[in-house]
Amino acid sequence: MDDLSYLFAAYMVIWVGVFGYVFFLHQKHRRLQRQMKLLEEEKSKQQAD
Amino acid sequence: MKWEDTLRYNILLVFGLALMAAALYLVFIYAPTEKTMGDTQRIFYFHVAVAWVAFLAFFVVFICSILYLWKRDIKWDIIARSSAGLGVLFTTMVLITGPIWARPAWGVWWIWEPRLTATLVLWFTYIAYLLVRSYTVEESRGARFAAVLGIVAFVNVPIVYLTIHLWQTHHPPELVSDLVSSMMLTLLVSIAAFTVLYILLLIRSISLTKMDMEIRNLAQGDARANTRKE
Repeated sequence: MDDLSYLFAAYMVIWVGVFGYVFFLHQKHRRLQRQMKLLEEEKSKQQAD
Repeated sequence: MKWEDTLRYNILLVFGLALMAAALYLVFIYAPTEKTMGDTQRIFYFHVAVAWVAFLAFFVVFICSILYLWKRDIKWDIIARSSAGLGVLFTTMVLITGPIWARPAWGVWWIWEPRLTATLVLWFTYIAYLLVRSYTVEESRGARFAAVLGIVAFVNVPIVYLTIHLWQTHHPPELVSDLVSSMMLTLLVSIAAFTVLYILLLIRSISLTKMDMEIRNLAQGDARANTRKE
């Protein structure tokens, strides 16, 4: 491997890490929104009963 | 988030993106190529910036853990937990980019020398912190255990920093004063860019952890109401 390949590999690790974490947060946000929606639906169903 | 908070977050995001673009320009175009190491030396700018942010994240865990044990306010636990996750992420980057630099410099990917070993121990300690926080069933007990671990684990941070001064290591010393002004500027802008990135990710992570806790509390409340009905 030449110098530029090592440089490329190091910067790729950092960007994959950053974007991977952002993606993880995004997925968590979507999951929590789904759970919130389900809870709200359940609550309104209980109130209707 | 309130609209004022969203606006502040977006301003910080634009500022962070501008800083990161500037850092990339400085690292790849502005900074001169180092004579002995060549282009591989450019790894140093982000490697050091990421290491700084990891230390900062663990310092935030340390302070918030003390505040949690003192005030027993869950908000300190939420900040500490979110910051620990980011600290582990950035330490992972340090542990991977370090060997990528070491291979052309030392001819090996890894040496069990004090700085590298201490950093690996630091990483394992905060993984343990996250596991304790996630898998303790009772919420307040988990927060308490994690806060104690968050304080004790921070002892590792000055040890990692001091390894190169206390022992003979392969790791290069922090001769920041020896850097030429263009290299120094590149390093400082990179550190600033990663600090803003850390703050942005921390704000997002905190708001998601809060949301997660609210949902869990709501679900528990619903479960209790259903049991009473039966």
